[in-house]
Amino acid sequence: MKPPVFEYRRIDTVSQALEQLHEEGDNARILAGGQSLVILLNMRLAQPGTLLDISGCTDLNYLKMDGGMVCIGAGTTQAQLQYWPQLAHKLPLLAEAIPFISHYQIRNRGTVAGSIVHADPSAELPLCLATLQGHVELRSRKATRVLAAADFQQGMLTTAKQGNELVTEVRFPVAQAGHGYAFDEFAMRRGDFAIVACAVDAGPDTIRLGIGGVADKPVVVEWPHQSPDVLDQALNDLAWQLEAQDDQHATASYRRHLVRRLGRKTIATALARSTNNTKD
Amino acid sequence: MSEPQQTRHRIALTLNGQSRSGYAESRTLLSDFIRHELGATGTHVGCEHGVCGACTVQIDGAATRSCLCLARQAEGRDVRTVEGLANGDGALGILQQAFKTHHALQCGFCTAGILMSCVDFLQRIPEPTEEQVRDMLSGHLCRCTGYTPIVEAILSVADQLKTEKQETTDA
Repeated sequence: MKPPVFEYRRIDTVSQALEQLHEEGDNARILAGGQSLVILLNMRLAQPGTLLDISGCTDLNYLKMDGGMVCIGAGTTQAQLQYWPQLAHKLPLLAEAIPFISHYQIRNRGTVAGSIVHADPSAELPLCLATLQGHVELRSRKATRVLAAADFQQGMLTTAKQGNELVTEVRFPVAQAGHGYAFDEFAMRRGDFAIVACAVDAGPDTIRLGIGGVADKPVVVEWPHQSPDVLDQALNDLAWQLEAQDDQHATASYRRHLVRRLGRKTIATALARSTNNTKD
Repeated sequence: MSEPQQTRHRIALTLNGQSRSGYAESRTLLSDFIRHELGATGTHVGCEHGVCGACTVQIDGAATRSCLCLARQAEGRDVRTVEGLANGDGALGILQQAFKTHHALQCGFCTAGILMSCVDFLQRIPEPTEEQVRDMLSGHLCRCTGYTPIVEAILSVADQLKTEKQETTDA
């Protein structure tokens, strides 16, 4: 349970990080909060040659509004976002989801972008980013590109990030008037990884539902408003399409059950909130 | 350009208000550095993957798992551990006293970590509900107490601090 040998470099600026990534490529891993990566190091599931520690890059620690998006720098911690005074107003889905992320002590150090780059299929932040159709900004020494969440996360712990790229920012679309948002998940203990997690954005025309913890990445579907019977049928179809697997935490059948029940409950909550939101 | 990878680096930090330094490899965890190099063994090490909470310390005031932080990341930081909680005369601090009064520990293995979380938590949320306390405690495993006396101890400290604050204000 101790990390293997690696070289550690403290990085002070984004441009310095990009230079080093250009030279090191896949040999280097970025260390931000370390709340996923250091676990992988301790268990020796990751054995990078070089760790580039960006936790001291002050130019990556920010939260700002830009063009209808909340832009979060790669150094910003989950606790910073959780205690941002405007969170409930700007990103109600995240305000409800963040308390489910691990524990108080982990959120103090874990970063928002780091969780998204780690790309665990059960994690809350990648699910919220996919459901809200947010973006990820990647920079290399020569270029900057912005990917939609659906194009960024490609599978279990797998993303479209190249070895010479740094995720510098993640962007969540600001909550829209007339929409209702809801998040819920089921785990065996508080702070454990979700067995099934649901995120919902209920708009005036459609309902967008994201499911985490079942497939190898968050799966997002968009449905028109429909009667409860039709909705239940759609949830059942979705539960089967996700091709849940048995594992030591839950059976595939139990996961399908949770998709149906938790899905229906979370959609109902989001719809009720969208109605209240319209009345305002 | 690259250093020999087993090189030991000098790490200087502030531990409980005192300047301290020691040597660590790049791969050395802060938990091991504090215990083995600085000799502050009040911080305990349990699971080494962030689940049990025993190794929780404060880095620049924020409760953090010292097993998920490299010693080199703590260079120049203000680190606080359970050894810093007692008053100058060696008497128990307010949290420690409350844990004793409420029987909030038995074997004591988890206690140092819980105390360090509580200091940060009560500064950020000075008047927590029981639900908030239990949520914070979900980041700590205690196999002796069943948590109830720990919750009572924390809530009693919050009450005490609130009363003290009011007295100061009224005066």
